[in-house]
Amino acid sequence: MQVPAPFEYERATSVDHAISLLERLGGTARLIAGGHSLLPMMKLRLANFDYLIDINDLHGELGYVEAGPDEVRIGALTRHRELLESPVLAAAFPIFADAERVIADPVVRNRGTLGGSLCQADPSEDLSAVCTTLDARCVIRGPGGAERVVSMEEFHVGPYETAVADDEILVEIRLPVRPGCGSAYAKVERRAGDWAVVSAGAAVWLDGGAIVDARVGLAAVGPNTTGIPAISAALRGQEPSESLYEQAGAIAADSCDPVTDQRGSADYKRHLAAELTRRTLRRAVERARS
Amino acid sequence: MTAVHERVDTFHDNDQKPVGYGRMLRKEDPRFLRGRGRYVDDVQLPGMLHLAILRSPVAHARIVGIDTSAAEASPGVKAVVTGAMLAQQNLAWMPTLSNDVQAVLATDKVRFQGQEVAFVVAEDRYAARDALELIDVEYDVLDPVIDARRALAPDAPLIRDDLDGKTNNHCFDWETGDEAATEAVFARADVVVSQDLVYPRVHPAPMETCGAVADYDSVDGKLRLWSTTQAPHAHRTLYAIVAGLPEHKIQVISPDIGGGFGNKVPIYPGYVCAIVASIVTGKPVKWMEDRSENLISTGFARDYIMRGEIAATRDGRILGIRTNVLADHGAFNGTAAPVKYPAGFFGVFTGSYDIEAAYCKMTAVYTNKAPGGVAYACSFRITEAVYLVERIVDCLADELGMDPAELRLKNFIQPEQFPYTTKTGWVYDSGNYEPTMRLAMEMAGYDELRREQAEKRARGELMGIGIAFFTEAVGAGPRKDMDILGLGMADGCELRVHPTGKAVVRLSVQSQGQGHETTFAQIVAEEIGIPPADIEVLHGDTDNTPFGLGTYGSRSTPVSGAAAALVARKVRDKARIIASGMLEVSVADLEWEKGAFHVAGDPGRSVTIQDIALRAHGAGDLPEGIEGGLEAQICYNPSNLTYPHGAYICVVDIDPGTAQVTVRRFIAVDDCGTRINPMIIEGQVHGGLTDGVGMALMEMIAFDEDGNCLGASLMDYLIPTSLEVPDWETGFTVTPSPHHPIGAKGVGESATVGSPPAIVNAVIDALKPFGVRHADMPLTPSRVWDAMRGQARPPI
Repeated sequence: MQVPAPFEYERATSVDHAISLLERLGGTARLIAGGHSLLPMMKLRLANFDYLIDINDLHGELGYVEAGPDEVRIGALTRHRELLESPVLAAAFPIFADAERVIADPVVRNRGTLGGSLCQADPSEDLSAVCTTLDARCVIRGPGGAERVVSMEEFHVGPYETAVADDEILVEIRLPVRPGCGSAYAKVERRAGDWAVVSAGAAVWLDGGAIVDARVGLAAVGPNTTGIPAISAALRGQEPSESLYEQAGAIAADSCDPVTDQRGSADYKRHLAAELTRRTLRRAVERARS
Repeated sequence: MTAVHERVDTFHDNDQKPVGYGRMLRKEDPRFLRGRGRYVDDVQLPGMLHLAILRSPVAHARIVGIDTSAAEASPGVKAVVTGAMLAQQNLAWMPTLSNDVQAVLATDKVRFQGQEVAFVVAEDRYAARDALELIDVEYDVLDPVIDARRALAPDAPLIRDDLDGKTNNHCFDWETGDEAATEAVFARADVVVSQDLVYPRVHPAPMETCGAVADYDSVDGKLRLWSTTQAPHAHRTLYAIVAGLPEHKIQVISPDIGGGFGNKVPIYPGYVCAIVASIVTGKPVKWMEDRSENLISTGFARDYIMRGEIAATRDGRILGIRTNVLADHGAFNGTAAPVKYPAGFFGVFTGSYDIEAAYCKMTAVYTNKAPGGVAYACSFRITEAVYLVERIVDCLADELGMDPAELRLKNFIQPEQFPYTTKTGWVYDSGNYEPTMRLAMEMAGYDELRREQAEKRARGELMGIGIAFFTEAVGAGPRKDMDILGLGMADGCELRVHPTGKAVVRLSVQSQGQGHETTFAQIVAEEIGIPPADIEVLHGDTDNTPFGLGTYGSRSTPVSGAAAALVARKVRDKARIIASGMLEVSVADLEWEKGAFHVAGDPGRSVTIQDIALRAHGAGDLPEGIEGGLEAQICYNPSNLTYPHGAYICVVDIDPGTAQVTVRRFIAVDDCGTRINPMIIEGQVHGGLTDGVGMALMEMIAFDEDGNCLGASLMDYLIPTSLEVPDWETGFTVTPSPHHPIGAKGVGESATVGSPPAIVNAVIDALKPFGVRHADMPLTPSRVWDAMRGQARPPI
């Protein structure tokens, strides 16, 4: 048994209660939802906090997937399994189910949450790549109920670092809905449940035969999940084609910044960035057309 | 299944409970399935304290000083002990199973990352762990030796300056075979193929980590030790030698064990620390290592850097095999193998082939890594040997342009050649290889697979078919040749039939999940006709079982299985005499039918074994010279090892874009002689094949250049899951061992031995369009991609 350092435990009864606890305890406290990243880090004593604030009782407030006319809103405490099984997401953004099928295992998916995944800000994290691909907006609530909305680029400020302040909590993720959308996700891992060697998400928006907009999000090839504006620029207004996917893949490989580690060499990861960009774009276009 | 030999015929359904061999559910499973197993960490004793070990954060450093004062003042702490304190009691060092010494707690230097430096005893596990943070150790960091190839360089730092006169990092040299004869066949061979191979360091990673509860009673001087050991009797004797405790005052209890795979053969410093702590505090003390401790400090496996060479005629007749091995043994030689076999049974590297000459030269070195060497179901290094020979045979097939199945079939030792003495001196007891190989090919649809592969290659798809054929040497071993620190490798066994005809059999071997409580009940049942459900199997407690060397190297069935059959026959012989009295006929006039004696020619006049048991314990006269009771004991000394074999065929697909390998099919045909419980055998094979997928595709204990272990958690050290393995296709042939009382051979490690080369051969076969002849494990997507681009690199 790995033994964490001593800590105190509080159980929040509402979002406002959680924020008031954070206000009082500040940086010595950490929110815990699914705990699948935080607890292993604590057990290895890589993370040591004086307080854990358990927000699992807030699922009634923060666990939902709601379709609106312009956007899909997802509560931060929505669990992986709920994302995987959501008919709203299956219809609007199949990239979610693609990703969820390759996130860890059913035990983790029963507990882990969308908000926890984003707040962990692991460079290899899948849902961050998905949200980057879909140009998500993150709703952060602070003391007094004040809310601010930030883009994914603003949300992740570095590896394991987010824009959420010590007395704030991520409450919702908003995904803009535009017509003609297709999306897909692909991941290469050494083994089920391992972090991605590289993963890629792609979304395209078609009008007639042409690409109105396209986005690609890559994980595990840089300090944070990476959106690649150059790919969007190159694809906009073009007809989908294999040569276009090739071009996008080449941009992906050039734009990322992988490192060599146990999961693979930097060269291989760069190759995968291209390969998975091509594959997910191809699939996203197929879906947009169908 | 025409190739299946006779003898295996009528297996009963699970619920029919055969009286003897056959499929039946495991007797031990209800307690495991209901969460009622009792493991070392379940042991709770009144007043029990908890021990935590401080480990070195660096691979090589001199210890300048240790300040324990803050830890001693920490709440709940009862004692803090350092190597210097152990040294005062002459307990700072202990012998390893390979006649080396290992530090219990470091005194002078630390020699690998994770080495034991001090321990804390406290009221609970948390207090003990927290206090570790308060121990202040000053290290003078030294350059480490990480690359075994550099260990013998003149300027390499000296690791073992504790050994008198030691001036380098040389551990041992070993050779086998005939160097000159091998030179001669290589000189006249048409074809010589040479290939460098690395079998990287891997770890057994049992689900239950290692641990112990020590309870020393200062009044009667008795030490009770619950510990995660595969060899309780051997451990008891070694504790007597190391700690100077009288052996009759030591009781080692190995309760339910959550996986061993060789990881639980050695005595670890933690066990000794727990004993010392109990003696010092006068309280029971529990030590359970955590996952990281298990991965960084306990017995690893493999770590052989090999060059394999094979010589053959142009038409595919293998003439000779030669190998040169550099073995990394870590900081202390903690190998657990019979003492005359420093390289274990690596000498079987000639495989299943009838060749003219063979030679191996090995050099073993010390490095700044965890000690160990023989673990992970390796059959005493046969894993490395089989990998070597099966890989270079495939390289030869490639060179000759021959089908690898055909090349193997052409070179097999033939059935009439058994017993067959190999060119390295091993006497293979029995074997009939071709039917096993043919059955595997038939099950796989080998020719059809080759056709499919050709079609796919034409389309640019990557599909590979890999074959491995292995012969193992298991069941150590004959006491004239084999001992561990002077303890002969024979096994005792006791059988007692109670008055009502129920029985208890006491074994020296200890199960870590192999199903001994079922298998051994079935062995006894087959011999004396008492149903397995009526036979209690006791094991794992030195006070209540006869002496023997434990469970590893697939030795339980070959050695203790023989003992159980023979002790049952001994009981049956006595029962026959008692039956002759009961039926008032001479012994010669009795016939045995499983479970009863009847008068020859008059089946109606019979007595059951249960009748006889009651008579043996009851009133009334017994035949003259016969004592009451119905029990016997035996110590079985095997006359030879047993030599199971098998043919494995693996089919892989590789994604050309991502280089990901998928094991699509795996056909495993095993021949382990007489099959006692086929369900248990299949379970063992399934587990071993899964191990093989792990080693071939993902597992490796890697180090950075400073000696930091990069596999210190299961997030970093990958072991396979059900998602990485196919539905296993198993088959069998039966070639009984001629010298084993029931013809059985060990099977526990066969699949771990045989599967890695089959998988690697399949991957290399798939990569043939890229001109790849070899790539080392682990074949992760990145490493496969390197190979596809002609840039395959060794992993170390």
